[in-house]
Amino acid sequence: MKIKSLIAAVSIAALGSGAAWADAHSSKVKVGMITTLSGGGAGLGIDVRDGFMLAAKGNENLELVIEDDQRKPDIAVQLADKLIQSEKVDVLTGIIWSNLAMAVVPAATAQGKFYLSPNAGPSALAGKGCSPLYFNVAWQNDAFNEAAGAWANENGIKKVFLMAPNYPAGQDMIAGFKRTYKGDVVEEVYTKLGQTDYAAEIAQMRASDADTIYFFLPGGMGISFMKQYAGSGVDKAVMGPAFSFDQGILGAIGDAALGVKNTSHWSKDIDNEANKKFVADFQAEYGRLPSLYAAQGYDTALLLQSAMGKADVKDAAAFQAALEEADFASVRGKFAFAPNHHPIQDIFMREVVKEGDVVTNKVIGVASPDHQDVYGAECKM
Amino acid sequence: MSLILLIEQVLNGIQFGVMLFLMAAGLTLIFGVMGLINLAHGSLYMVGAFAAAAVAGWTGSFALALIAALAAAAAAGALVELLVIRRLYDRDHLDQVLATFALILIFSEGTRYIFGSFPLFLDIPAALSGPVLLPGGILYPLYRLVIIAVGLLVAAGLFVLIAKTRIGIQIRAGEADREMIAALGVDISKLYTLVFALGAALAGLAGALVGAIQSVQVGMGEPVLILAFVVIVIGGIGSIKGALIGALLVGLTDTLGGALLPTLFATFMEPSSANTIGSAVASMAIYILMAGVLLFKPSGLFGAT
Amino acid sequence: MAREPLINIILFALFPVTAGVAMVLDEPFIITLMTKAAILALAGVGLNIALGLGGLVSFGHAAFFGIGGYAMGVLASHAQSYTPIMETPILIEGTKSMLVIWGVAVVAAALAALLIGVLSLRTTGVYFIMITLAFGQMLYYFAISWPAYGGEDGLSIYIRNDFPGLNTLDPIQFFAIAFTVLAAVLFIAGRLAKAPFGLALSAARQNPERVETVGVAPFRLRLVAFIISGAVTGLAGALFADLNRFVSPTMFSWQTSGEIMIFVILGGVGRLFGPVAGAALFILLEHVLGGLSDFWHVYLGLLLLLVVLFARGGLIGTLAGKETAHD
Repeated sequence: MKIKSLIAAVSIAALGSGAAWADAHSSKVKVGMITTLSGGGAGLGIDVRDGFMLAAKGNENLELVIEDDQRKPDIAVQLADKLIQSEKVDVLTGIIWSNLAMAVVPAATAQGKFYLSPNAGPSALAGKGCSPLYFNVAWQNDAFNEAAGAWANENGIKKVFLMAPNYPAGQDMIAGFKRTYKGDVVEEVYTKLGQTDYAAEIAQMRASDADTIYFFLPGGMGISFMKQYAGSGVDKAVMGPAFSFDQGILGAIGDAALGVKNTSHWSKDIDNEANKKFVADFQAEYGRLPSLYAAQGYDTALLLQSAMGKADVKDAAAFQAALEEADFASVRGKFAFAPNHHPIQDIFMREVVKEGDVVTNKVIGVASPDHQDVYGAECKM
Repeated sequence: MSLILLIEQVLNGIQFGVMLFLMAAGLTLIFGVMGLINLAHGSLYMVGAFAAAAVAGWTGSFALALIAALAAAAAAGALVELLVIRRLYDRDHLDQVLATFALILIFSEGTRYIFGSFPLFLDIPAALSGPVLLPGGILYPLYRLVIIAVGLLVAAGLFVLIAKTRIGIQIRAGEADREMIAALGVDISKLYTLVFALGAALAGLAGALVGAIQSVQVGMGEPVLILAFVVIVIGGIGSIKGALIGALLVGLTDTLGGALLPTLFATFMEPSSANTIGSAVASMAIYILMAGVLLFKPSGLFGAT
Repeated sequence: MAREPLINIILFALFPVTAGVAMVLDEPFIITLMTKAAILALAGVGLNIALGLGGLVSFGHAAFFGIGGYAMGVLASHAQSYTPIMETPILIEGTKSMLVIWGVAVVAAALAALLIGVLSLRTTGVYFIMITLAFGQMLYYFAISWPAYGGEDGLSIYIRNDFPGLNTLDPIQFFAIAFTVLAAVLFIAGRLAKAPFGLALSAARQNPERVETVGVAPFRLRLVAFIISGAVTGLAGALFADLNRFVSPTMFSWQTSGEIMIFVILGGVGRLFGPVAGAALFILLEHVLGGLSDFWHVYLGLLLLLVVLFARGGLIGTLAGKETAHD
């Protein structure tokens, strides 16, 4: 896979001729990115990669090797072995899915490599399984859901209908919502992973006396559900974490998503300089609106480069301290690390709106300020 | 569970079954006539959905989108038959499995190359959106009723085609005795291309109809493909009637299993584990059904023994 | 006639030679790839006993592969967390011993194959293909939705299991283990094919009526073949899990069944070394093509297509010329 790595390295260098990153004080770092670039979930991995490459543009000290995990855990493990054993990278990043992260991260940190998570935050890695070398630049899986529960309490939502696929991330998300939500849970439905038809669940929703539907269905599952829900005539309010309403997906749902409330740590209309620059640069570079995955990839590269300016990656303790400072201008605004190396950040409530012909998100408030996950107490490092 | 909810779930099961029938009919015809296992049938379903989404995007017309789906899937089917499939008729099932598996890879990544990695947008036409009030006070999405109607019409059309028309006679003759029909002067290779294109068109139609209420994305065909295989095996391979009955059985089992089993389990165990175990068993239900049918009828319900 | 054994020897020697060269050049990942190829070849050798010898086209061998994987995952995760698997009625503890894990994997996979075989072997042809697929899918959905052992997330085992006298985390030593197991199983499978049992099984594939008239029940022959086949694939599953230090329901998926079948067909059905050639070629293609383009599946598909259409008898069949090894 040498050819692809070479292309990535060259393109980063070529894009940024004359950029300010060729800083003599900055240490050299070799980064291995394992992400999903082919098959069904490729859209997310491509966004993380593009966001990362945009932020790393022109930095000659940052060498990037990109590999495609095809969303298969066993391939991801083997690529991690390859990047560590053959490419001898210093830092790993890129994984999209919780189950792949669980397969790769513990082994990588055990071999003394830094891992920066640009997506996915399984609870095990935030609590008992935390590591000094593991930094989550995205969110812990429960975060958006805890924020949504808190927001529901304050906005008069009394009875909810919960739905998620029957797998660990789905169960985590529902548990997160229930942790903060104080009203009634009318029904809790677990669907088949990869399910495409939600007629049966929608019938249950119609029959229930819930006032709000709260669901977590990532990717194509969410698209299917929203389209079918819109055609069903059930008019209960819909809420969920941002994964079913990010920019890559909204285009496929269309008007059916309008009015849906969703929680996210990022939105393209968050008002700060870094974000404005990111959104404009991303559109200029790739000709599409960035998604939250692109934002996470971008922030991951910014964080890494901030640490490179302060410490040598070969000095693990110093580099870890530099990462912990999180001294970079995040596109989300405020960003800091909790002691378990997971973010402390505002979680916003967004609403799906139409801007011209484009269906997109708009921030309507902060659902949970300075949100921090609950697993940190179990983390001993 | 109330009666209204139960009726609604039954309708959902029938709609799912009818959609599966559109897939399974082509698969079972192709197997019955040519003796070919076609794993790439799900790719033709995907081709239909993508063609519909693309044409709907350009023209805004759902009718044109459906025509495009039929045409694109039939064309893709005919092309694949001419280039690849016809070399496989006299091979064993293993070679067919490998070759059509290779076709899946080519179709999936080729589609991603053309349309990109993000799901496409395809919506139901305004005239068919929203729910209608059925007798008994049941609100049901109009579009799903339309799918049921289209599926039943196609089923009726296929029965007529096979029972009454010249092509149908040739198809039946081809199933019974391949050498004889060739000896009688029927252009067998043209017939095979035609049957393959017909099966592909039905898959494309299913893809377009379902694409409007689901996600139009790469890889959407494979889960349906597996279910369609389950259907034709339950029904008996080569039998259109078997495919229809099998499809409805699978549709109803899957839908009602998902809705009823967790509640059923909750009557004798604690709610949280009933939920998990009920969902787990529900997702295995159709495979249990299939294994059960084959135990008592090793060639499916309507298969030739 | 003498070409096939020669090809087999060269092919077989290629594994340790490549791994050895990779060790000298300090390219541990190549060793890992060769280990993967050896383990997947083992899974294919297992399937080939049912498929090539018995004519049983199983599209559900992922079931046994996954059971082997989870045998490793469950035992090692309990050993890792120092919690017993069960305390009543008898105390069963987890283990990190590779040999014990292999034993459990083989027995568990064999039992599953007995059960699935008894039920499935009543059917033939496409119905057999599909009923085995159905059992694989059942286990897949079960593994996904059963929360006790990680569900969809799977189970991570941080350190490879122990083998007496060896450091299993060292790539070349783990390769040696996997390769030795492959060699031993190939030897046994070769003997099996020539033993009375294998000959009877082959005869039952070609002409079941005749076998029955001499008083041998084809059903029982096939069942035994299916059990042996499942057990070998289960052993491969345990090794594969150890290679990745990770198990997940993906091991149960129908794509896994399809891939194992592809190794066999690619290399040559019914040829002893067919799966070895097939798995090696597949890994090579995956590795080389994966570097060329994000859309490498298209090229893989085209190549597979060419092999089916123009290289009858698989890789070994093509290299060895027209005469077939079996029948």
